[in-house]
Amino acid sequence: MVRKGLIDRRTGLFLVVLFAVIVLIPLGNLLLAPGTAGHVPGYLLPLLGKYLCFALLAVSLDLVWGYAGILSLGHGAFFALGGYAMGMHLMREIGDRGVYANPVLPDFMVFLSYEKLPWYWHGFDMFWFACLMVLFVPGLLAFVFGWFAFRSRVTGVYLSIITQALTYALMLAFYRNEMGLGGNNGLTDFRDVLGFSLSDDSTRIALFVLSGLALAFGIILGRFITGSKFGMVLVGVRDAESRTRFLGYRVEHYKLFVFTVSAMLAGLAGALYVPQVGIINPGEFSPANSIEIVIWVALGGRCTLVGAALGALIVAAAKSWLTANFPEAWLFVLGAAFVLVTIFLPRGVIGLLDGLKPGGRHRHALPQAAPEPAE
Amino acid sequence: MNETQLYLNDVHKSFDGFKAIDGLSLAIARGELRAVVGPNGAGKTTMLDIVTGKTRPDSGRVVWGADTDLTRLDEADCARLGIGRKFQKPTVFETLSVEDNVMLALAGDRGIVAGLRHRRTARQSARIGEVLDIVGLGAERGRLAGALSHGQKQWLEIGMLLAQEPQLLLVDEPAAGMTDHETMRTAELLRTVAGAHSVLVIEHDMDFVRALDCKVTVLNRGSVLAEGSLDHVSANPEVIEVYLGR
Repeated sequence: MVRKGLIDRRTGLFLVVLFAVIVLIPLGNLLLAPGTAGHVPGYLLPLLGKYLCFALLAVSLDLVWGYAGILSLGHGAFFALGGYAMGMHLMREIGDRGVYANPVLPDFMVFLSYEKLPWYWHGFDMFWFACLMVLFVPGLLAFVFGWFAFRSRVTGVYLSIITQALTYALMLAFYRNEMGLGGNNGLTDFRDVLGFSLSDDSTRIALFVLSGLALAFGIILGRFITGSKFGMVLVGVRDAESRTRFLGYRVEHYKLFVFTVSAMLAGLAGALYVPQVGIINPGEFSPANSIEIVIWVALGGRCTLVGAALGALIVAAAKSWLTANFPEAWLFVLGAAFVLVTIFLPRGVIGLLDGLKPGGRHRHALPQAAPEPAE
Repeated sequence: MNETQLYLNDVHKSFDGFKAIDGLSLAIARGELRAVVGPNGAGKTTMLDIVTGKTRPDSGRVVWGADTDLTRLDEADCARLGIGRKFQKPTVFETLSVEDNVMLALAGDRGIVAGLRHRRTARQSARIGEVLDIVGLGAERGRLAGALSHGQKQWLEIGMLLAQEPQLLLVDEPAAGMTDHETMRTAELLRTVAGAHSVLVIEHDMDFVRALDCKVTVLNRGSVLAEGSLDHVSANPEVIEVYLGR
């Protein structure tokens, strides 16, 4: 199934660097003694893994925004739902090691005097079931939401506002204790996953590598989708929706498909994020989070997939450093970066990199399969 | 030969009380070339919206071929039946190459799975070349559609229409923004296309309509005012009153 032009130069370069990173970082932790140059301390692994999850989340947004023109301001919701699905499994895996030592009920349920597990918690003791739900729940929400929104032909800023409302509504719902998902504390105090302790460096390495592989998978899947004729139709929908309709394409089906796939990728990112940061709470549904994803994509470069990933990595790393060193400056820097990039780098950081090397792409050009010889 | 391709009978459509289409009846024969003229607000574009499934009429019948009711179908359905539409403002996929624009228009499966698995065959490439030669864009094949001139975009859109292999082409003001030379070439092209396809052209430019050399329908206030050859309708006092005289 390898299609010609599936991996272009830019994507290839990014993937090579990514693979080097997911090999070298663990080696730097395992082989080099603490204190020597190049040693990667254990606490850094989940932080770096978290960045990779953000990068995957950005790729998922670029798939719908960059290619299909669907500006979702609620993609954080799909990320959070994937995170909650994984969090529920991790809660069940705590078992009787919780404060209240209840073998079935998580601590917060005992505290809130639950007598038995709510029905939707059943099955989450099984890892494979949780993994399925990581994809299924965000996918289902995106499918149902998209079904109504795209069929009613809600587009542009109206769609963005509804997606924003969606994540806000979910945030309010998840804050309620009655939801049975930990209320405003969310889910936390995880111990281990599949029997491996989450505080062991080896588990951290595994999660980091998995995050990197998931990011690579997301980019390759994205390239497969956008490099196909399907992807061209998406671009057609973005640039001239009515033209696409009058050519006989069912625009709502195309949008629904890519929106659902994107939500599932976001869910996957959330599921890998939660064991690395050790907590998931309703704050992840906050509209501000979803807007930040848009900033990552815009800053890195829309409609390139790797640009989105790069944007997320840059912003996330800058955020960690600035919030630690100049906490009050962070939002100003983020805002200024967004404004400056929009004005001076409409194609984002990736556009800047392309401009440096000869044969860089033209303005507005889109990634597509290599053109076939004319004859 | 004189089978009816499209038949509208007593169609009504109003928007907030404004009667855009008011008792319109019209028949287009298979292979016929027909020009539709009329003053602004006569309902020309609304008529196309109704025929292509974009707008649902309040009442009346819109029949395709023998007995297909078009009023229940949406744009994609109508397109799949074989109705192609060119917009007034040239609408092409600007960030895709000229050849990819035509490729997306080529007749074939429009489904998602087909879209994901699609690979361009040599036959399709040849067909794209054919279409581009017909509309005179053979040399622009690899260029971005957005980089074309206004007239070339008009032609590309007509080429996309041809690639769709529709039975009926609805062409809304193709000559808008074209030079005289381009206008005449477009008229010639549409004349060539008719016969194998039915073609309905909406146009303001009388020289262009004359060059089409076909039956003309004059619309006014949402219904047919006159029908016949250009000379015949131009001689009609009512037509002169509402349209030509201005």
